[in-house]
Parts: sequence; structure tokens; C-alpha cells
Amino acid sequence: MDVFLGVLDPDYFAATIRLATPLLFATLGGILNERAGIINIGLEGTMLMAALTGVFGAWFIGSPWLGFACGVLAGALIAWIHGFVSISLGANQIVSGTAINLLGLGLSSFLIRIVFGLKEQQRVVPHFDPVSLPLLADLPLLGPVLFHQHALVYLAFLLVPLMWVILFRTRWGLMITAVGEHPQAASSVGVDPLRVRYACTVLSGALAGAGGAFLSLGQLHFFQDEMVAGRGFIALAALIFGRWHPVGGMIACLIFGAADALQFRGQAVGLGVPHQFMLMFPYVLTLAILVVVGGKSQGPAAIGIPFRKT
Amino acid sequence: MSQAATARIPEVLRATSISLAAIVLALAASAVLILLAGADPLAAYWALLQGAVGDGFALGNTLARTTPLIFTGLAVAFAFRCNLLNIGAEGQLYAGALASVVIGIYLTGLPAVLHIAFAIAGGFLAGAAWGGIAGYLRAARGINEIISTIMLNFVAIFFVSYLVHGPLAEPPGFFHQTAMVAESARLPVLYAKSDLSIAIFIAVGFALVTAYVLWRTPFGLKLRAVGESTGTARFAGVPVNRYVFGAMSVSGGLAGLAGTAEMIGGQYRLLDFFSPGYGFDGIAVAFLGRSDPIGVVFAAFLFAALRVGANHMQRTTGLPTSLILVIQGMVILFILCVAVLEWYRRRQRG
Repeated sequence: MDVFLGVLDPDYFAATIRLATPLLFATLGGILNERAGIINIGLEGTMLMAALTGVFGAWFIGSPWLGFACGVLAGALIAWIHGFVSISLGANQIVSGTAINLLGLGLSSFLIRIVFGLKEQQRVVPHFDPVSLPLLADLPLLGPVLFHQHALVYLAFLLVPLMWVILFRTRWGLMITAVGEHPQAASSVGVDPLRVRYACTVLSGALAGAGGAFLSLGQLHFFQDEMVAGRGFIALAALIFGRWHPVGGMIACLIFGAADALQFRGQAVGLGVPHQFMLMFPYVLTLAILVVVGGKSQGPAAIGIPFRKT
Repeated sequence: MSQAATARIPEVLRATSISLAAIVLALAASAVLILLAGADPLAAYWALLQGAVGDGFALGNTLARTTPLIFTGLAVAFAFRCNLLNIGAEGQLYAGALASVVIGIYLTGLPAVLHIAFAIAGGFLAGAAWGGIAGYLRAARGINEIISTIMLNFVAIFFVSYLVHGPLAEPPGFFHQTAMVAESARLPVLYAKSDLSIAIFIAVGFALVTAYVLWRTPFGLKLRAVGESTGTARFAGVPVNRYVFGAMSVSGGLAGLAGTAEMIGGQYRLLDFFSPGYGFDGIAVAFLGRSDPIGVVFAAFLFAALRVGANHMQRTTGLPTSLILVIQGMVILFILCVAVLEWYRRRQRG
């Protein structure tokens, strides 16, 4: 009973939102490129590289914001590679994403050792601290949960309505959907599917990069091998669960954030459940959710299919 | 030689030259990284080569590491022939290792031949079951196998970790590992210093069997038909869903044997997180081997050599072993680029 009372406190909900944030960045990115018909299973490697670049930027420039910007840029650059291979060359997108994951894993682990040296790999860099919004943070209960977070948390959640407007209320959104559903038709009315796909893929990489940089600069404050720990893949599950919709994706990310926070909390208070089962929980939950909604949810029609001008 | 086999020779040559070109390009690109790190690429690659095949001990190590990579490479290649991407070889490897170790420890009193056969069958079936879950979810519920196998990896790895910390821990339970498998379940050793057993021959044998199944049996023909065009295969009356499930199960079984080979071929006991990522390496091995079982054997040897050589390279030049992952990633990217460019060139000519 104590445990359940312990879970229902403001700290737990605040942690849920904080842990959902990096996933939300990556999920929004994934929604964007999948809606345009490009799968990027390289989100994991992209986030890793951005987490690393964020740490380097913050250390050498001395500002977490500029470090964050470096992470976002790195994400965009890596996604551009994926774009080149899968859009310009029309190669298998899944294989390209796998290569990006291997590269991200290897390159980040290689560079942190080369740049910071073997002994100082886990150097703490300038990072983000929670910002209390004036007045709102003093609200009872809601204040500490919602309004005493990192600046980037507010940014991530503001992107949800922004993305909704762009996708469903602008010409750009219409173009993106058209390219993802039927690139030939989009092409015949004067939309260039290749350019739309490039734009979405690079922007998506920037968003995944934001998620990766948040992990290093907002949570850990240093870089560690494999620190993304499968979140790039969970983001892919979250966007399917959210049916390629920004609000649905946000709800999925909050559920994963809650599971993740529960896992940390369970370790701290000792739920009487073996620690390994707590670690498994988010992944089992992902599978369970996919089993429930998987068959019914349909992605964009032209997803994963290269477009070639004829 | 049959007509089908002779027709495949130019294709094999082309595939081999693409793979070799990709390796050279990846090594050249990585040389830039080595230079940036302030080391000499030639010295680094020489150390890599020395560490991998420089003497009997090095070669033994490389061959011992080739064994699980052949199995995981075959697993990924087999599924890919059916146009399925099995990212779950790592989890299936843990499932296979678990089954083999349980059989090896608790099913005693059998003659060695039978005991080993049971351990191998158990490892295959456990891996097949774990891969089969993803196959079922894909066939029956339309769930992308990439996502499901990744999730199943985490579940299998943490479940094995739980078992070796508790129920299966070797008495009195001070160490997080199982007891050792019985002598009768261990494969004959070829070179004790580097854990090299006859598992390497079993792996090559399975590569030949896989090649036979893929190219010479109706099952393999239909499986590849599903892989090349699901719509056409369905139109021709192939029960596509059953083949998707079958391909993922067999793929999982092959990955499970990687775990079996580790358990009864040299490690003899299960520890948590014992695999250094053989399952994930299997993806790169399969692509470098162009999803051809025989190509997989050579690719597995190359990647094992990289892994083993990397330790020596780190000791002598101070370059982190993670450079190997960069090389692997680049090999895949370059294969994609070269293969596509070559496809364009052929199309323009024809």
C-alpha cells in the first residue's frame, strides 16, 4: 500500500513528464518522416550522436543552449545521410537505418574516448536546470508537476500543437500526407516528392537530435556509451501506438514515461518485484500495446517505398 | 553442375566484388578517423591484422568468435530472404543459450552424443519459439517484426539476468552465473587455449544446409518468392502468412544455435549479458554476405577477425575498440550505395 501512495505524489508525475520528453522529441520526428513515406529506424543512433555532440558543444562553447543546438544540427546531418541513401539512391530504408544505428553506437563511443580521453569520459558539462514558471509553479500539486521543469520540456510539449497545425491546417501538411500516401499523384500536381521527403527526414533528424541532446544535457549531464538505451526504438513504437498523430504520440510517450518512472521508483522503494522485471516493463508494455492496437493501425500507404521519377 | 548453379556464378562474383569494394571504402573512411585521433592508420590496421590472424592463438580466437557470428548471420540472412528483418537475433541467442544450458546441467545420465544432440535441438527450438512470436505477431496481427524483435531482445536479456541472479544461480549463489553443463554435453575441443571447439564445423554445416534449403527445396523457393513479391506469391497460391511465421521461426532457431554454440562449445555456463552483441553483428554479417549462406561464413570470419584484432589494436595503438562498429556501419552504407549505383549503371546499359 505504501508503495502505491509513494507513486501517487507530485515527484512521480514530474518524473513521468521529464522522462517522456526525449521520447516525445523523437516520436514527433518519426511521425514527420513516416508521414512523408520514409522509415527511419536509425533514430536510436541519431539520438546517441546528438547526445554526444550536445555534450561536446556544451563543453567547448560553455553554454547548454549552444550545446543543444549542436545536438540538433548533428541529428539533422545524420538524417541527411539517411535521406541521401534512401531518397536519392532509393536504397532499402531499413538497412540504411541499421547502418546509422551501428555508426552512431560506434562513433559516439569512439569519439568520447578520443576527445575527452579514457579517464575523463564522464566529464560533467554545462547543463540545463529546471525553470520555475512565475506564479504557475506556486499552484498546489500542478505547480511542481507541470511548471517546475526544464525549459526543453516546455519546448517539446509546445511542439505538439504546432505539429498538429502544420500537419492538418496548412498546405505543407497536405503536401506531406500526399507524398506519404501517393507520391506519383503528388508529383502529377507539381509537388516534388523527393524534396518533401528530404525536408521531412532532415527535420525529423533534428527533432531526434533534440531528444538525444535532452538526454545528455537535461538528464545525465555527461555522455555514457549506449545511454539512449532503446528510446529511439520505443519512439517508433510510440508513433505506431499514437497512429502517426502528434497528440496520440504524446499520449503514448507519457505512458512510456510513466512506466519508466515507475521502474526507477520501484528500484528505490522495493516493490518486491525482481529488479529485472521492472527493467523489462517498458518493453513488455510496448509489445502489449502493439498487440492491442497493432493490427488495426495503418501507416501511410507509400511508407518504405522509394520514389523514382519515371 | 546444374544450370541453376552455373547461372548463379556471375551473380556471386558481382556480389563478392561489391562486398570487397565496400570493405575497402569503409577501411579508407575509417583511416580518416584514425588520423584525426592522432594515430597511424597503417600501424593500426597492421596491429588489427596481427591480433586477428598473427599466430595460432589469434587465429584460434578469431575462429571461436566466427562460430556464433555464422549462426546469427545465417539467422538474419534467412529472414531477409523472406523480406523480414530480424533485429532480434540477440534475444533469440539468449533463449537458445538458456535452453541448452538447462538441458546441459539438468538432463544428465545420457551418452554424450545424445546429450549434445538434445542440447542443440533445445537451443534451436527455444530460439525458434522466441523468433516465432515475432513471426506470429507479424503474420496474424500485422505488427512490424523490427519493433517486436527489438522489444523481445530486452525481455529475453533481462529474463536471463533474473534467472542467473535467482532461480538458476549456481549454489550457494554468490556469483551471478549458472552451474557448468555436464561433461557429456560439451562439444569436443579443438584448441583449448582459445575455446575453439568443433562448433565451428557445425556452424559451417548449418550454412550448407541453409543454402540447400533456400536454393533447392520447394520451401526455400516459396520463401524467396514471398520475399521478392508478397503479392505475386499470394496470387500464385503461396500461404504467405505461414511462410512469414516459418521464416521467422527458422531464423530464430539459427540465432538460438549461436547461444548453444557458446554454451556447449566453450563457455559451459550462462552469465547475464554474456553476448558482446553477436546478434546485432549478425545484421552486418548478413548484409556483407549478401544474404547468401556461404557469403555469411566469410563475412562472419571477417567480422570476428575485426573484433579479435580490435583488442590488440587498442593495446598497441590506444584506439578504442568501438572503431570496429564504425567500420561495420560504413560497410553496410557503402554496400547500399555501391549496389544501387551498380543497379543504375546496369539499367542504363540495358
